[in-house]
Amino acid sequence: MNTLVYLIPIALVLGGLGLAAFLWALKSGQYEDLDGASWRVLDDGDGRPQD
Amino acid sequence: MSCCATAVGTTVIADAAGQGLPSSEELWLASRALGNGLRQTDLSAPGVHCGACITTLETALRARPEVERARVNLSSRRVSIVWKEEVAGKRSDPAELVRAISERGYETHLFTPRGEEGDAVLKQLIRAVAVSGFAAANIMLLSVSVWSGADAATRDLFHWVSAMMAGPALIYAGRFFYQSAWNALRHGRTNMDVPIAIAVTLSYGMSLLETISHGTHAWFDATVTLLFFLLIGRTLDHMMRDRARSAISGLARLSPRGATVLHADGSREYRAIDEIKPGERLMIAAGERIPVDGRVVLGSSDLDRAVVSGESAPMPVTAGNIVEAGTLNLTGSLVLEATASARESFLAEIMGLMEAAEGGRARYRRIADRAAQYYSPVVHLLALLTFVGWMIIEGDARHAMLVAVAVLIITCPCALGLAVPVVQVVAAGRLFRGGVMVKDGSAMERLAEIDTVLFDKTGTLTVGRPWLVNAAEIAPDALAMAAALAVHSKHPIATAFQDAAPRVSPLEAEIREIPGAGIEVETPGGVYRLGSRNFATGGPGSGSGQSEAVLSVDRRELACFRFEDRLRPATASAIDQIGEMGLTVAILSGDRKPVVQALAEQLEIKDWKAELSPRDKLQVCADVSDSGRRALMVGDGINDAPALRAAHVSMAPATAADVGRQAADFVFMHQPLIAVPFAIATSRRAGRLIRQNFALAIGYNLIAVPIAILGYATPLVAAVAMSTSSLIVVANALRLNGLASSSADEGRWSAAATQPSGSGR
Repeated sequence: MNTLVYLIPIALVLGGLGLAAFLWALKSGQYEDLDGASWRVLDDGDGRPQD
Repeated sequence: MSCCATAVGTTVIADAAGQGLPSSEELWLASRALGNGLRQTDLSAPGVHCGACITTLETALRARPEVERARVNLSSRRVSIVWKEEVAGKRSDPAELVRAISERGYETHLFTPRGEEGDAVLKQLIRAVAVSGFAAANIMLLSVSVWSGADAATRDLFHWVSAMMAGPALIYAGRFFYQSAWNALRHGRTNMDVPIAIAVTLSYGMSLLETISHGTHAWFDATVTLLFFLLIGRTLDHMMRDRARSAISGLARLSPRGATVLHADGSREYRAIDEIKPGERLMIAAGERIPVDGRVVLGSSDLDRAVVSGESAPMPVTAGNIVEAGTLNLTGSLVLEATASARESFLAEIMGLMEAAEGGRARYRRIADRAAQYYSPVVHLLALLTFVGWMIIEGDARHAMLVAVAVLIITCPCALGLAVPVVQVVAAGRLFRGGVMVKDGSAMERLAEIDTVLFDKTGTLTVGRPWLVNAAEIAPDALAMAAALAVHSKHPIATAFQDAAPRVSPLEAEIREIPGAGIEVETPGGVYRLGSRNFATGGPGSGSGQSEAVLSVDRRELACFRFEDRLRPATASAIDQIGEMGLTVAILSGDRKPVVQALAEQLEIKDWKAELSPRDKLQVCADVSDSGRRALMVGDGINDAPALRAAHVSMAPATAADVGRQAADFVFMHQPLIAVPFAIATSRRAGRLIRQNFALAIGYNLIAVPIAILGYATPLVAAVAMSTSSLIVVANALRLNGLASSSADEGRWSAAATQPSGSGR
């Protein structure tokens, strides 16, 4: 029972981190071009990300 | 990559056919200043198709010194380029960037930033899905503990934590439903969102009361899960809608911003198009669009009148001829006398027609809204009756309210809210793989209902541009020479040479184009001429001057090229399939009667109309819908655009004029017309699945509602029932991909779609 005092906040914080990570990824435009991303994986250019 | 090769092929042609690249000034105006001497330009490149296209374009752009960054977005088919205003002290020319793209064979247009607004809403929706999903998962975690036996203080603690998570999630993620429900109620209507908003609010309030009074049942998980599922549906739905950009703005781009006015004393003045008055004289150079309706006073040229009639063969004009605004002056310069102001010109008339036609389609109500019309009163009445019933039996207001909330939650249109968008997204994905793009989910609903198909001729049934038919009989070097000459002309026949001989070495010599006749060049080997027989050899011109071109050196004939417009591949079989579906087929064309008649006979289409103006086409569409039938209009030109808007649903090839593409609900990328029956078949199947899903949702309610009314629906039962029904509906929608016959079908469609165009190259 006492462990719940730690476990619930930990669960919520971890979940919250996941949510924050997703929102950040969304905001930084990583979902803008899902079709393109699947092709870019196959592109063996110079290895550095194309901006 | 056969798909890619085809796309490139068609875009080269579409571009070279005189769509015209934006000018440097226009590009400067349209670019955004980023500071530090950088500017950003967004271009749309509809031909971008696959990984190879991305690499080609990005490499080509990065090779230019002024380009800082270039990125191709494959989902939205856009290229955004960040470039330096000055390189080594020289002002850079953005038109060079556009040329770099079009040299690689991709059509480009300036991107109109109207689409951004739709993206903003989509982002908000995705964020709401994420937030409600997070809340739903965590509340479910706590609820499972409650269901598995936590009691007393632990249960209260869990309930409180749940309440604290659910509250903000409901406010943040539920605002879409609240806003839309409020809007509907304020205008005296109801929609799907009204029962959702009421159920969510009531269940949250009741659960909070229960938590405060240490009750056993709280509905937080159901409330948030409901919202989560519904938001997924809403997001998918939104992705389907609002892809279309305003067609009117595309049309406005066709009309030039201004024209050079010739004053009586010989002075010239460049004036904005609105300030041109009838009676004034205008200078029109080759390659410019005619700004206002007028009469030719001086000069001769060929006009591309595709805007007006859809007919691609250029029309020679000389002094005394009447010309329409928006037509493209191909070969020579002209002096016009304006006969109408811009506001009364041909293009303005089309714009007006399109705006007027818009109303017809707005009357269509989406299937989900029609269902909601019956659904929400029934649900609310049921909940009210449950409350009243329990009050009569037990007299316990709190328990009666709990049961009533259970009814509201169980009946909430979760499955319904998912049913339509999931099917539509799956169907749109299937269509996309078959080369058909859908702009709007409701377009598929409308397409499933049609009983008539109206085809435009030029550009739709036929490819819409001259095609070299006797390439095999001609010596390769003659063809190469002709192509090298033809590069310098915008004449459609000249473009056909570029199709026939893709590798062209440029000529280092002065090249002259003689309007209405052809091109000539002086080389050490003699004077080469390419054009009409009369021009090239000095002999008598043949009757069918449009469909042949002669190459000569010092008036000695080297080769005679014959051209023909040809049918799109697989047209006849597409028409047959449409007939087998029980649909009536008709041709509406702006072209001359004998041409249309010959084509109609060849395709065995009995119902055809020729020499129609854009207004006539619009009228035919209106007549069809007045007689209670529903028509699919397939067309490509600007002259078809009003009809595309007026028809119940419309379709355009990707090679269509910008406006035609934007006015249409469906755009097909591949050449063969087989895309039309394919889209109809897929839409019909999607319609069937949507109806099945409605039946499933109603069946689920028939089982679940009595349980809820009798008071047996605990939060656990509700959670299980709700998720199950949603999963069933989604699984049923996915059948659209998995149907055994459908995969075979798709193979057939796509094989038909790629093979002929491959051989056509």
